[in-house]
Amino acid sequence: MTTRFENLTFRFRGAPSAALDGVSGQIAAGRVTGLVGPDGAGKTTLIRLLDGLLLAESGRIEVCGLDPRRDSRRLRERVGYMPQRFGLYEDLTVIENLRLYADLRDLPTAERRATFDRLLGFTDLARFASRRAGALSGGMKQKLGLACALLRRPRLLLLDEPSVGVDPVSRRELWRMVGDLLDDGIAVLWSTAYLDEAERCDDVILLNAGRVLFVGPPATATREIAGRSIQVRHITGNRRDLLDKALRRPEVIDGVIQGDSVRLVLAEGVAAPDAADLGGGTKARVESVPPRFEDAFMARLGGVHKSALPARAAAAPTVGNTEAVVEARDLTKRFGQFTATDRVNFTIRSGEVFGLLGPNGAGKSTTFRMMCGLLRPTSGMARVAGRDLLEAPGAARRRIGYMAQKFSLYGDLSVRRNLDFFAGVYGLSGRRRRDAQAEMIETFELTPHLDRKAGDLPLGFKQRLALSCAVMHRPSVLFLDEPTSGVDPQTRREFWAHINARVAAGVTVMVTTHFMEEAEYCDRILLVHRGRAIAVGTPDDLKARARGADRPDPTLEDAFLDLVAAETAAAA
Amino acid sequence: MAGPLRALVIKELLAVWADKRSRMVLIVPPLIQLLVFSFAATQEVRNVHLGVLNQDLGKESRELVARFAASPTFTRIVPLRHVADMREAIESQAVLAALHVGPDFSRRLAAGHPASVQLVLDGRKSTAAQAVYGYARHILSGFAAERVPRSTGDDASSLVVRHWFNSNLDSLWFTVPGLLGILIMLVSLIVTALSVAREREMGTLDQLLVSPLGPGAILLGKALPALIIGVIEGTVILLAAVVVFGVPFTGSLALLYAAMTVYIAAVVGVGLFLSSLSATQQQAILGAFVFMVPAILLSGFAAPVENMPDWLQTLSLADPLRHFLRIIHGVFLKDMPAATVLEFAWPMAVIALVTLGASTWLFRSRF
Repeated sequence: MTTRFENLTFRFRGAPSAALDGVSGQIAAGRVTGLVGPDGAGKTTLIRLLDGLLLAESGRIEVCGLDPRRDSRRLRERVGYMPQRFGLYEDLTVIENLRLYADLRDLPTAERRATFDRLLGFTDLARFASRRAGALSGGMKQKLGLACALLRRPRLLLLDEPSVGVDPVSRRELWRMVGDLLDDGIAVLWSTAYLDEAERCDDVILLNAGRVLFVGPPATATREIAGRSIQVRHITGNRRDLLDKALRRPEVIDGVIQGDSVRLVLAEGVAAPDAADLGGGTKARVESVPPRFEDAFMARLGGVHKSALPARAAAAPTVGNTEAVVEARDLTKRFGQFTATDRVNFTIRSGEVFGLLGPNGAGKSTTFRMMCGLLRPTSGMARVAGRDLLEAPGAARRRIGYMAQKFSLYGDLSVRRNLDFFAGVYGLSGRRRRDAQAEMIETFELTPHLDRKAGDLPLGFKQRLALSCAVMHRPSVLFLDEPTSGVDPQTRREFWAHINARVAAGVTVMVTTHFMEEAEYCDRILLVHRGRAIAVGTPDDLKARARGADRPDPTLEDAFLDLVAAETAAAA
Repeated sequence: MAGPLRALVIKELLAVWADKRSRMVLIVPPLIQLLVFSFAATQEVRNVHLGVLNQDLGKESRELVARFAASPTFTRIVPLRHVADMREAIESQAVLAALHVGPDFSRRLAAGHPASVQLVLDGRKSTAAQAVYGYARHILSGFAAERVPRSTGDDASSLVVRHWFNSNLDSLWFTVPGLLGILIMLVSLIVTALSVAREREMGTLDQLLVSPLGPGAILLGKALPALIIGVIEGTVILLAAVVVFGVPFTGSLALLYAAMTVYIAAVVGVGLFLSSLSATQQQAILGAFVFMVPAILLSGFAAPVENMPDWLQTLSLADPLRHFLRIIHGVFLKDMPAATVLEFAWPMAVIALVTLGASTWLFRSRF
């Protein structure tokens, strides 16, 4: 019952490059194989090839001992597939969905009762059997999707991004459920864009731009770069400046901010730089830390594109200004019976990077949209620079920049036309317009792409263009909605380098994210859960709350789960 | 304000042209509809099969049947033997109408008595049957007029019909200018209906809403490009009507364009309303057709407004196309004076104010 593939190549009609280019690997029984890679890496294409929904151009493929091209009938009995947007019928109830899939998969009537009972018990959905699937939470929908995929006791389970749109609590439950399945000898393929999930898998197939970067147990990948991951701790200076300085040194290939510290990955065979040299102040210390899978990924990609680092303004204005630039007071939004945002309070000081962190559906977006004047609060107030943007005249709106989740640009128009348009909308004209556009083109290195359609740009440039359109009019507050979800780590680092450069120039940033990695870049984070703000503080403060004897180095996710548990306990 | 507005208009025109789907909307439906409507939607009836049951053996009946056969309308004469055959021929749709000449037709005429014939029509095709009835009457009255004794001819009053403004009743002269109104509606409605919905789908609408532009400016930036596109489209169809279809243009161009602008404004208001209401482009297109089909039916393009029940006639006053059709036909065919144009234009102006106002209100209240 082996599942293996060799040299698979697949190209979508009309696509400039292959979606999969010579991909090989195998999925072993009784193990979770992680199919890891950013959006557009080719994860879904590979899964669809395995399920026989697409046919490879070339290469060999064997799924549970079958050829998916010839034996599609028998394949259906052996493979369970959970697509990305669970193929659930939202207007049918949980049990009706199960019955429908049982019909589609020819489950014998005699076995149904027992199978349904087993799966509803396994997924803990028995209480919700008569609820409409559309009314389930993201996590419950995924569990129902999993139940549907398990109807025929598959030998191979293909899960396409099961953890997207799922809160951390449900995410852990999904992992536990998949762990239980392994005892029966099922082979599981778990695809994900989250690199931290890779470390939980037994094996990993790491994809980037249609090519395999790594195959094997994740520990093998991290062992390769052992000793090259360091953390600069106890920084007294500005950690964003330190990161920028470190990334410009030849011995550093990668770096991210982790709360109060800066994490760096060193080139092979070099000594760690001195913390004081990096401008970390006298107390700063460099410590060796265990490498993460993401460090290994970046090392294999060749590290940060040094040429893409933005030019830095010489001196950052002193932060220490405590003026509240953005303020929410008892901010509440109700949609009918449902309270999306429930009496949320926070203030953001000038020059601060402030994050709203929470799973999808927690109410981040609603809060965010009220702050930038896109949504009218039911009660409470949202103020930016002392004014409510919803009521404020154009002058106040000119002070903010906004970048939406999906790089909202005019994809059919050229880069130049997009820049022209946003300059025009913000009333830039004459010399000011020429100067602002020239500055954006230079800072974001857009010159070679000026006449390309924005929709045809590579992801990294789309993001740069979106950011340049949002900051061309020199706003003092920048709103970013999920700016790097699903983006490859190289592009994410570039993006944050640009954001940090803006912050150094005195811009205040408010960012939403469901992504713990990204939250580490923030000065302070507001944790949002079910519409309520459950905690606020620096990433290190929040992590410290979850620290215990059994968990000396907790992650932000641990902190989040602890706080949610405490909140639930308090409510009960 | 001029700068941002200009940026919006330029962006919108470029975006409409760059988007393959909306570019198709500008080019394909006008082309197809001009062709199809102009040649298929003619109200004349041709190629009629006529069944003839002639039980008379005289010369008069043969003469009458020959006249029917000679008419261009009746391309085929199907001879029938029995009365039962008439029923069969009509039921099987072999013929649209059947002419029954009784056995004493020639004899009665020779004796100077009035004679009658029977014409049976297929009522299932009521429009065609009505037209055929008209043609048949025309032939019969010509036939009869020649047989009225000369001596009494002086007393007989005769009606001479002249169709003013379209003396040959050429249906293209009516259809093509009407299409001008319909196609302008189609294009400007769909362009506006898609515009806000497209931005909402792409996420760029939020980007506009957080900008210093107010909702009013954003809507104006959507309405002006649609107005420009509508006028260009109108000009192309106007040229096609005159050059390709040879419809005479007798009135004032300036008046037509002034009226066209008011008309497009009214339609754009509807389009923006639909656009603000719908979350996706599909919904917007669906909404556009839900509006357009009744608007065309109530306009008098397909059936005269005067034939509708009173309440529907009242309702049709809210249809901008109804008023604009009067103006186009008037300006095209009879050099309609400015005062009359104004009479039909002001209701459109009222409709424009209502639809534009409503869409602004809806747009504001939804965000």
